[in-house]
Amino acid sequence: MSFIFSLVAVTVLVLVPLVGVTVADLRWLFGVVVPYAAVATFLIGVSYRVLKWSNSPVPFRIPTTCGQAKGLPWIKTNKLDNPCSLPAVIGRMFLEVFLFRSLFRNTRMEYHQGPKVRYGSSKWLWLFGLLFHYSFLVVLIRHLRFFTEPVPMWVQIVEHIDTFFEMGLPLPGPDGLYVGLPLLAQSGVILLAAATLLFLRRVVIAQVRYISIAGDWFPLLLIIFIAKTGIIMRYVLKVDVVTVKKLTMSLVALKPELPADPISFMFYIHIFLVSFLFAYFPFSKLMHLGGVWLSPTRNLVNNSREKRHINPWNPEVKFHTYAEYEDDFREQMIEAGIPVEKEA
Amino acid sequence: MKIYDKPVIVIGVLIFLAIFAFPLWTALGTTPPQPKVELPKDMKECVAPTEYMKSSHMQLLNEWRDSVVRDGNRVWVSHTGKQYNMSLTNECLRCHNEKSKFCDQCHNYVGVVPFCWDCHTYPKEAK
Repeated sequence: MSFIFSLVAVTVLVLVPLVGVTVADLRWLFGVVVPYAAVATFLIGVSYRVLKWSNSPVPFRIPTTCGQAKGLPWIKTNKLDNPCSLPAVIGRMFLEVFLFRSLFRNTRMEYHQGPKVRYGSSKWLWLFGLLFHYSFLVVLIRHLRFFTEPVPMWVQIVEHIDTFFEMGLPLPGPDGLYVGLPLLAQSGVILLAAATLLFLRRVVIAQVRYISIAGDWFPLLLIIFIAKTGIIMRYVLKVDVVTVKKLTMSLVALKPELPADPISFMFYIHIFLVSFLFAYFPFSKLMHLGGVWLSPTRNLVNNSREKRHINPWNPEVKFHTYAEYEDDFREQMIEAGIPVEKEA
Repeated sequence: MKIYDKPVIVIGVLIFLAIFAFPLWTALGTTPPQPKVELPKDMKECVAPTEYMKSSHMQLLNEWRDSVVRDGNRVWVSHTGKQYNMSLTNECLRCHNEKSKFCDQCHNYVGVVPFCWDCHTYPKEAK
């Protein structure tokens, strides 16, 4: 049900700009207003949510520890899984953010010879996740050629590496021509493939399907459709990229202007889906972009034994120490012959 | 609102904004530049309609290459029925004789590095 809802939602998101541009000629709305609104929502929304998260105090150390803590010198410490210092936490966070280490530990429960339960290694999620995120990163970097002038050298280098195989797609196209160029950008294909595999994982594995909600299906479908429209624009419809860049450069220079030459409807579908993804970002699970940095179970030093952490909202307790008590009653105590610590 | 670990949070948010709004910082206050394509003065039409050439000339060139190199066929019949010699150097560059004022304008603008010039030479330009 949640899947059907997500599929319908993405289909509507494809139809809205299609109808809006081809029938109602709302090019200004879909080419300028929507992208601006989406990027503003994204930047403000993500910043706001991170600031809002930082309202929550984390008074105590709550890291998930998966290894031996620092103890006696002759006991071997697992620094990465039970970080006892800042460098160890940085190492742990680096492996988590850039290599998805916790997914690498993913296990799968399986029945073995009847009722015996065994846990096997399951690296697929880690592999698809890694492929998905890094190809998405390369795709984003490649798109910077539409938003910078002149195009920075490092963007061109990334693109050059991404089209390393200098491979055309030998597909039959209109008018007896074939869809051969421009060169195949591997990142786009890998992105679509990895997103599809992550999607199929939710479909095929019954337990994962059971816990999947609209918030899981929708962003996956949205990204799959974004990748598809991008691939269609590049290899099949051949959108006029010079005209597209005239529009995008006017957007980033904050001097929006629709170019005189027409741009294919596919571009408007693509940019509308991307805009929706950006606007949807702060309200969704995609916020793991910020959340991965702020997970207290991973980014805290496990130093509860070395350092005292005090809860900031502890009520203030009025103490009356023995020393103060003795100050109050010292003379009476001496008169009654009760020993005192400090003579008068 | 109380922000715990304020320096770290603020620096993190600023890094986020710096990275994701990167094109805005670099383009701020500039006038969007435009490519200036110089068209041949004495010619009226290309081997295919302008719209098609704009978006798909690389595909046409690829097809020409395959036709010449694999089939030895150098004759191209255009949409108007006119015959052309399939050749980048002798046909395309005959009219578009200054690479820097034609090819490079758009290619540099959208950051495209075509591999034509890995093998082909282009006519010397007056400087």
